[in-house]
Amino acid sequence: MRHRPRGENIISFDSVGLRYGLGPEVLRDVTFALPSGSFHFLTGPSGAGKSSLLRLMYLGLRPTRGRVVLFDRDIATTRRYELPALRRRIGVVFQEFRLLDHLTALDNVALPLRVRGVREAEIRKHVPELLSWVGLADQLGAKPSTLSGGQKQRVAIARAVIGRPDLLLADEPTGNVDDRIAMRLMHLFEELNKLGTTIVVATHNESLVSRFSHNPRLHLEHGQVTRVN
Amino acid sequence: MFGRHSDLPLAGDATSRFLPWLVALMVFLATMAVTGAFAVEEVMSRWDHDVSGTVTVQVLPAGGERAEAATDDRVRQAVDLMRMVPGVLSVKALDKAHTLALLEPWLGGTEVVRDLPLPRLIDVSVDPDARIDLAEISERLSTAVPGASLDDHRVWLSRLVNLSRTMEWLAVVVVCLIGLVTSATVVYATRTGMAVHHDIIEVLHLIGAHDDYIARQFADRAFVLGLGGGMFGLAMAVPALSALGWAARRLEGGFLPSIGLPIFGYAVIALLPFLAAGLAMLTARLTVHGTLARMP
Repeated sequence: MRHRPRGENIISFDSVGLRYGLGPEVLRDVTFALPSGSFHFLTGPSGAGKSSLLRLMYLGLRPTRGRVVLFDRDIATTRRYELPALRRRIGVVFQEFRLLDHLTALDNVALPLRVRGVREAEIRKHVPELLSWVGLADQLGAKPSTLSGGQKQRVAIARAVIGRPDLLLADEPTGNVDDRIAMRLMHLFEELNKLGTTIVVATHNESLVSRFSHNPRLHLEHGQVTRVN
Repeated sequence: MFGRHSDLPLAGDATSRFLPWLVALMVFLATMAVTGAFAVEEVMSRWDHDVSGTVTVQVLPAGGERAEAATDDRVRQAVDLMRMVPGVLSVKALDKAHTLALLEPWLGGTEVVRDLPLPRLIDVSVDPDARIDLAEISERLSTAVPGASLDDHRVWLSRLVNLSRTMEWLAVVVVCLIGLVTSATVVYATRTGMAVHHDIIEVLHLIGAHDDYIARQFADRAFVLGLGGGMFGLAMAVPALSALGWAARRLEGGFLPSIGLPIFGYAVIALLPFLAAGLAMLTARLTVHGTLARMP
């Protein structure tokens, strides 16, 4: 793993604004910085802009104004062909999982390795290990359509962490699972955080946040970060 | 390319199912056009080879009571004159019987034809490397021998060569148009495929796939479909060309030289399915790159 020294900023936003087309700004003057190795919750009511902020962080969108610095690279001046290398350092757990329905659990988790050109022998070694770790050792060949919500979630998380990312972004990762699995996933994130991965979990589940209240939070309200603690 | 891993479920795409059929039709048409161009070129070169190095002297029949003897006399004079020209290798006058034999396929062999006042022909072989002023000889011949004229075949041959060149260019234009249509179809099929699989492409993009990683999967699929279609098109063209060749052989009748293709022609035709597949692959790749460039 090639994590940065703890304390250095892994990502920073400076007066960032975002609008879709000619619509109103969904994010306004967003300014914050996340130190490497930190674990943050991103909270706020539905429609506050949590998913949009996460999309900016995983380079799924470009800001309409302001400055985003990721891994010491100013995104505005980074050439397009250089972005895949940055994206490979980010793991994303999408809100709707976004698993590829025609692929098995093993092939879904293997995707980040395949796009990097990792040899098939290594994929066959590491992916089953990770799927065992998330409790899906007996589901390697299962297609997503045959998996439960919790199982899909764990496949999505395994896919996000298989590449040992420096930054893990999770959008409502506990939204579709019961409390027991939610707690298990949160503990999994904490384990990853202890190994050096910077983690941001977007959620509107206040009870979950309060159970892990030792972690700081970014709070979004009406498109603006109103609290960082 | 074959058997390479693909993350996109392109094999089951309904959008690209028509592509092999279209490529098959395009390769069929391209094969016909290319074969036509090569066949005409081959006929022209054989014709050119047959008549280059020869000129023909035509002597009109004399009139009067001793017409036959007078005509023979003119022929002898023309033969003597031509034999004295430097660079002439041989001079051979065709007698009336030979001339009648040449005309028999068109006029028949009746007594009426034998009584016709036919012009006499003298076949002259010249050294192709010799610089003979045919215009000067023609003038000398017509002055010295009444009713004699020189035909060096160049006028009608140059018209045929022009026709051959026009047909070759026409074939090139047809092949280019076929290529354009094929490319346009591949662009449409690729864009449709990208729209159908947009979600998967976005996931691959966001987990760090380079554009070429995605483009390669579409390009591989287009190559496989294009090659399959191209081979089928070529297979359809073979019996069609055989039928045309059979019809052409029946037409020849001594007028056309035998029609065939040079080795190079066969090689180009055999390459057509691969060229079509390569074009489909390149087009798909460029289309995907162009579309992905609009993503952040």
